[in-house]
Amino acid sequence: MASSLLFSDFRVPLPRAPSSVTPGPALLKRLAAIPRLAEVKPASQLEIRPAPELAGSGIPELDALTGGLPRGCLSEICGPPSSGRTSVLLSALGSATKRGEFCALIDTSDAFHPDSAALAGTDFSRLLWVRCVEKRDRKNSGNIRCAAVEQALRVLDLLLQAGGFGVVAIDFSDVLFQIARRVPLASWFRFQRALEPTSTILLVVAQAPCAQTCASLVLRFQARGTLPEAGLPAHCRIFEGMQIEGELLRSRLTRKPAQSAHTTFRTQAMRAG
Amino acid sequence: MPFACIFVPDFPVQALLRVEPDLCTQAVAVLEGSAPLEKVFAINQSAREAGVELGMTKTQLEACTGLVLRKRSIAQEKSAHAALLDCAQSFSPRVEGTDHDIIILDLAGLEKLFGSSKQIAYAIALCARGFGLEPHVAVASNPDSAMLGARGFPGVTVIPEREESAYFEQLSVNVLPCEAEMQETLERWGIRTLGALAALPKVALSERLGQKGLRLQRWARGTAFRTLVPIEEPLMFEESVELEHSLVLLEPMAFLMNRMLEQICARLNARALATQELTLELELEEGRSVGHPERAAFASEGSGRAPAHNPGVREIAIERDASILFTRKLRLPVPLVDPKVFLKLLQLDLNAHPPGAPIKKILLKAEPARPRPAQNGLFLPPAPEPEKLELTLARIAGIVGEARVGSVEILDTHRPQGFQMRRFAGLEQLPRGNTSAHNGNGNGNAGGEKNVVTALRMFRPPVRASVTVRDGSPARIACHKKKDMDGHVLWVAGPWRFSGDWWEQEPWARDEWDIALQQENGIGLYRLVRDLLSGGWFVEGTYD
Repeated sequence: MASSLLFSDFRVPLPRAPSSVTPGPALLKRLAAIPRLAEVKPASQLEIRPAPELAGSGIPELDALTGGLPRGCLSEICGPPSSGRTSVLLSALGSATKRGEFCALIDTSDAFHPDSAALAGTDFSRLLWVRCVEKRDRKNSGNIRCAAVEQALRVLDLLLQAGGFGVVAIDFSDVLFQIARRVPLASWFRFQRALEPTSTILLVVAQAPCAQTCASLVLRFQARGTLPEAGLPAHCRIFEGMQIEGELLRSRLTRKPAQSAHTTFRTQAMRAG
Repeated sequence: MPFACIFVPDFPVQALLRVEPDLCTQAVAVLEGSAPLEKVFAINQSAREAGVELGMTKTQLEACTGLVLRKRSIAQEKSAHAALLDCAQSFSPRVEGTDHDIIILDLAGLEKLFGSSKQIAYAIALCARGFGLEPHVAVASNPDSAMLGARGFPGVTVIPEREESAYFEQLSVNVLPCEAEMQETLERWGIRTLGALAALPKVALSERLGQKGLRLQRWARGTAFRTLVPIEEPLMFEESVELEHSLVLLEPMAFLMNRMLEQICARLNARALATQELTLELELEEGRSVGHPERAAFASEGSGRAPAHNPGVREIAIERDASILFTRKLRLPVPLVDPKVFLKLLQLDLNAHPPGAPIKKILLKAEPARPRPAQNGLFLPPAPEPEKLELTLARIAGIVGEARVGSVEILDTHRPQGFQMRRFAGLEQLPRGNTSAHNGNGNGNAGGEKNVVTALRMFRPPVRASVTVRDGSPARIACHKKKDMDGHVLWVAGPWRFSGDWWEQEPWARDEWDIALQQENGIGLYRLVRDLLSGGWFVEGTYD
């Protein structure tokens, strides 16, 4: 009785079989003959999704840790201010444009510094820069931030639909985590689905992970080390760079590491170059 | 040597129906002249069957129900004639524009390309239908016979060589393109068919009608021959619509623009051309431009905001005539020939820049250009498709503003913020030979050999700060806008002194400091700037 109810939609009379007995070959044959069921693939025959292609981030230490940035996936770069997130982002953009790929940067807080990007090797003819938030309203800065996030997400949607970009980066670095976290999971899921059949790398730069389960790779950065000696007068000192520690928080490409994986690399300041 | 003739009957009506194809099933009469002396100039078959005749006045037409009246449009007739020429030139390079509704083309040597004369004639008729015209096509051994065949027989006619007189025997003398006086003379003589005209004695006809009469007789016998005079007209791709009632909303205008763009693209396709510059000219109603409710209607339709115009980013020029002309120019980085892309781009542009008054006339011009010859390599990284990219950029410009999307161009200056935005054009803006990867290995470690640059994140505009200076260096900083930038300076390096443009109107001079502040999450690194001209302190950005 249960089986006839289950398949009542297909309007095929099924023989009553004892529940403890496995269905016979005749029954399986008849089930397979039903047109709608014939299209259903058994789980054992599902295609294995190939591992995504990896692209270098331009930082060998980071690539050694992660294997590279996965194409067709969403990757997150997190960390507090002055932690080296933007340096990693510019390095990835510079590396991608050197490979001949077109990149897009959605700059939520209009903080992109072209000179830094030029030093990172970015080919500007291959970089599309979208600057969100046209006007700054002092009285209602919270709403402006929300409007910027909304603009950025709409632009991201358009860019992913257009396709053809090697790297699309969305910069939420200056957006409060509480606001970035408000982006619904469904939106991230939609972006991830739009990415899957493409070779685009979607980079999300934020203060903390906000794409949740949709992110294939999550990296957190933190500046390490002490400040240079303070004995010299100010005019004799030079800001040489930062010591950055990167931690792999999540990677869908490999098994979850038993212990947190770290790497350290150094950035060089413009004046020290 | 065969010739084909394309003849469009009721040409003024068909030129109108080309833009308004919905009227095809209705009786249409085209009027000419100024009110109240307007008279019927052309009619279609349905109107003819309804009893409408040429020369009837508007008052006489009031008795006819279901008759659609339109004013004659010279611009639309010109567009239809140009379309007819494009159609002919897509078959043969030797084309003669005999009249506004008659085109003759030389078919010599086309058999290998298009097949027999009959197949060519059918192909021409099909092509002309694609342009929205219903022509008569005739093929004959000489241009004049082809013309008479097209004027006399509907559909497609192929007249074999030396059988012209037999074909034309029963044709009315009205098909002869001659003056009305000549027609009247023949009528008085009782000559009603070309067969009768052909049978007249040559000498007697010459004595009475002169060389003109002999030429008509040669036409009737099919023995006339003349050299084709091919045209070399400048390529003009224009379509226009004059509206009976002014348009107030942009949405109905989109339907008309879509039809016009389809026609232009079909004509461009026929000549294997594309366009890189599209001009939209709107004739607006006088005296209803600013402050009229229609303006509000236009504004409410769009994205709600007209972004600031920046010619460096989107090369769309506004040329608003003092009186009634509203022009928008769309310059594309790559030649395109897709009407849907053009329509969407024009819609987005009009939403951002509404005309502001009801529209009386729409004119679209396309500047022809050779299509993109380049083809992407199989092993090159993917790039955005130009058509999609153009639409995406237009949509993004609608969201963030035209001046806030594009690529960066670093200027040759030491002035802070020494860059400008320019239009992002994808592959098209790259110099030739720069479409591949720089290092060529493409394995992703292109930047691995260089050190990672410490990036600066800019605060736009810079954040004003109160700074306490001790021993010539900043010792404490306070910012009202950013609470996390408040406290004692842990570490400082600098100053780096920059100045420039003292020879210009706007000189600048500044000292830059790199400072470290203790914050909740660790140490924050900032760039502090002192404007030496105003004496103010600003936090310009943060190192990240």
